[in-house]
Amino acid sequence: MVRFKIRRYDGEKSYWQSFEVPAKKGMTVLEALYYIKENYESSLAFRASCRMGICGSCAMKINDRPRLACETQVLTLGDTVKVEPLDNFKVIKDLITEFDGFFEKHKAVKPYLIRKDDNYAEPKELLQTPEELNEYYIFTLCIKCGACYSVCPAAATLDEYLGPAAMTAAYRFCADSRDEGQKERYEIASSPNGVWRCHLAMECSEVCPKNVEPAKAVQLLRRKTAFSILKSLLGW
Amino acid sequence: MEHDIVIVGAGIAGMRAAIAAAEKSRKLSIALIAKTYPIRCHSVCAEGGTAAVLREGDSFDLHAWDTIKGSDFLADQDAVEFFVRECPVEILRLENWGCPWSRNEDGTVAQRPFGGHSFNRATYAKDRTGFHEAHTLYERMLMYDNIEIFPEYFITNLAIEDGAVQGVSAIQLKTGEMEFFEAKAVIFATGGAGRLYGFTTYSHQVTGDGLAIAYRNGIPLKDMEFFQFHPTGLIPSGILMTEGCRGEGGYLLNKNGERFMKRYAPEKMEIAPRDVVSRAMWTEIMEGRGIEGEYGPYIALDLRHLGEEKIEERLPLIRDAAIKFAGVDPVEEPIPVKPVAHYTMGGIDTNVRCETAVKGFFAAGECACVSIHGANRLGANSTAECLVFGRVAGEVAAEYALNAKQGKISAEFRQKEEKRIFDDLLGKSGDESPYQIKKELNETMDSNMWIFREERGLKEAVKKIQELKERYKNVEINDKSRGFNTDLTSAIEIGYMLDLAEVVAIGALKRQESRGAHYRLDYPKRDDENWLKHTLAYYTPEGPKFDYKPVTITKWEPVERKY
Repeated sequence: MVRFKIRRYDGEKSYWQSFEVPAKKGMTVLEALYYIKENYESSLAFRASCRMGICGSCAMKINDRPRLACETQVLTLGDTVKVEPLDNFKVIKDLITEFDGFFEKHKAVKPYLIRKDDNYAEPKELLQTPEELNEYYIFTLCIKCGACYSVCPAAATLDEYLGPAAMTAAYRFCADSRDEGQKERYEIASSPNGVWRCHLAMECSEVCPKNVEPAKAVQLLRRKTAFSILKSLLGW
Repeated sequence: MEHDIVIVGAGIAGMRAAIAAAEKSRKLSIALIAKTYPIRCHSVCAEGGTAAVLREGDSFDLHAWDTIKGSDFLADQDAVEFFVRECPVEILRLENWGCPWSRNEDGTVAQRPFGGHSFNRATYAKDRTGFHEAHTLYERMLMYDNIEIFPEYFITNLAIEDGAVQGVSAIQLKTGEMEFFEAKAVIFATGGAGRLYGFTTYSHQVTGDGLAIAYRNGIPLKDMEFFQFHPTGLIPSGILMTEGCRGEGGYLLNKNGERFMKRYAPEKMEIAPRDVVSRAMWTEIMEGRGIEGEYGPYIALDLRHLGEEKIEERLPLIRDAAIKFAGVDPVEEPIPVKPVAHYTMGGIDTNVRCETAVKGFFAAGECACVSIHGANRLGANSTAECLVFGRVAGEVAAEYALNAKQGKISAEFRQKEEKRIFDDLLGKSGDESPYQIKKELNETMDSNMWIFREERGLKEAVKKIQELKERYKNVEINDKSRGFNTDLTSAIEIGYMLDLAEVVAIGALKRQESRGAHYRLDYPKRDDENWLKHTLAYYTPEGPKFDYKPVTITKWEPVERKY
């Protein structure tokens, strides 16, 4: 038996509730949450979908660290498993947090390919070598789970900070050989809520379940943004 | 709320439909409603590739023939011919919108072999094809001001009045309140029904909501007895191990270390179509040649000879998932797998323009049955279908909406729907747990509605499902609150699944032949004389009523299917 201590919230009050779960090898924290919901406390609310670490629904704080519940093995966590909603997000109910703002920030960096010759009716194959693909590919792996944002000290002190995931998306497109939208995104990135707010704590990269390295993306974006500002100052 | 077009479901088909409609006219107001945020959709789980004729040596006729032969001749050939011609442009559009397709050295988009395809036409982005396609569509969608996204709205019903669609009702999860979306046109792109099964590749959210809602509103479901079992589900979770594993050269081995596929499909071996490979694997297991494991006998998916470099380059997700969920590194050891419920070939009956029996109501993607997959879908044709028919649905719905009058949902409909959900379901007491009912449903499906079926098991399944439907009338939802009540939405989903399970089971019982994924031990031959026809299931309060309609054949007469 493993003891699950879950931080609950019903819209008014916050409290801890404990459950004993018969855990066996291979059981994930997500499976344990379903076990609790289906056998003990059906009001327990959490988000989940793919259960294979690709949809980004189930990031939560498990034993003080943000992780995907679906890919965290219960037996690696000791006798007691503490489960809480992500930090830096407003809690809606139990383990469910408000993500609208997070997705708004993502949208704000123009996370799509920008090209002057965009032709919906008659698209033409753009060439990109495997090397060019590798320049940005790792940053396409972000599943928008919010783990990085939940540990970001800049996001903790400034609600408006765009945050590591949005910055990563901005850099991902800037580094794509097919893209022509760098200038617009550098302007967004150099705004008061952009890259210069980052404290370089690097915790985002530490907790990213997909090893995307958002901290590296922020650093690279800083460099590009600085260079772009310099260029415009010097009138190059 | 009023919109011109309401799209339900934000996977590949739904998002593609939204973009197509927005491209048709920037004046149309388009609402995209889904029970998750768009990128949490099940489409992100698609791994191996998207089929398209892109290169010299391949042809539309070849892609069509592969698809039709794969379907065991139940696909409508006019629909398939249209489909294969529309695939390539969709690959290029995604390319132009930023999709990180894997590339050849010369910079062109790369393609790999896939089951049942006689040309290497599966376009891929490593082994995360659906993930990258869904993200690319989501990102592109953000460019259109006339698409408004409503994430985490759980759909409860379709409003049809005066023979035309008027809109949909949905619970806004955050507040728990019911919202009514009035529209000129409604598109369902709500996905399949895979969670009917216990051992499945499907995401938890894939509960057939749209299928059941359409069915309950009198729209027929087509060919629902055809469920696909993918050969390689990871043990014990059922997580998909892509067909790309075998496309890249992986072997299937029994306990003697034998590549047994040589006895079942000597030419295509491991990359025969899924129905053929799954039956072969199950036969090996039934005849005692599975490998004994903690969770029962299994088959080994061996990738070791591909080498670490190729596995990392082409199949990184597979390696990561096998390590995380089964404790097996495929570079060092074979992956333990067995066949797993994977795809719903049947769906809402539509024509090639995604139109249904109701004016203004369209369906696309896995929830629809056009039908291009017939009795067995080929790998890499599903994401392709979502792109092609998502686009068609968006365009046709847009044309319709530009000339239709605004839908109106009556006060009577609103009151009835609120009462049905909040008073009759949430408010009532009873002594059945919806989760217990779901567990028993999953067990029945896994034992009686699996790869090999026969009359006795199917009759048992029908009886069990009908018993569960009775017991469902007596469920109690413990959580009586409103905001984010997933106890309530789970119970509604289970109700949807029971209706669909009944259609699948009775449809399978009636179809006395073996075709594609539907294999009857008591009728082991395909019977074109009596069964070369589509099944249509109509809702009645007493259970489904069945009818049949002919398959469209253009130029390929049914022949024996050998691989």
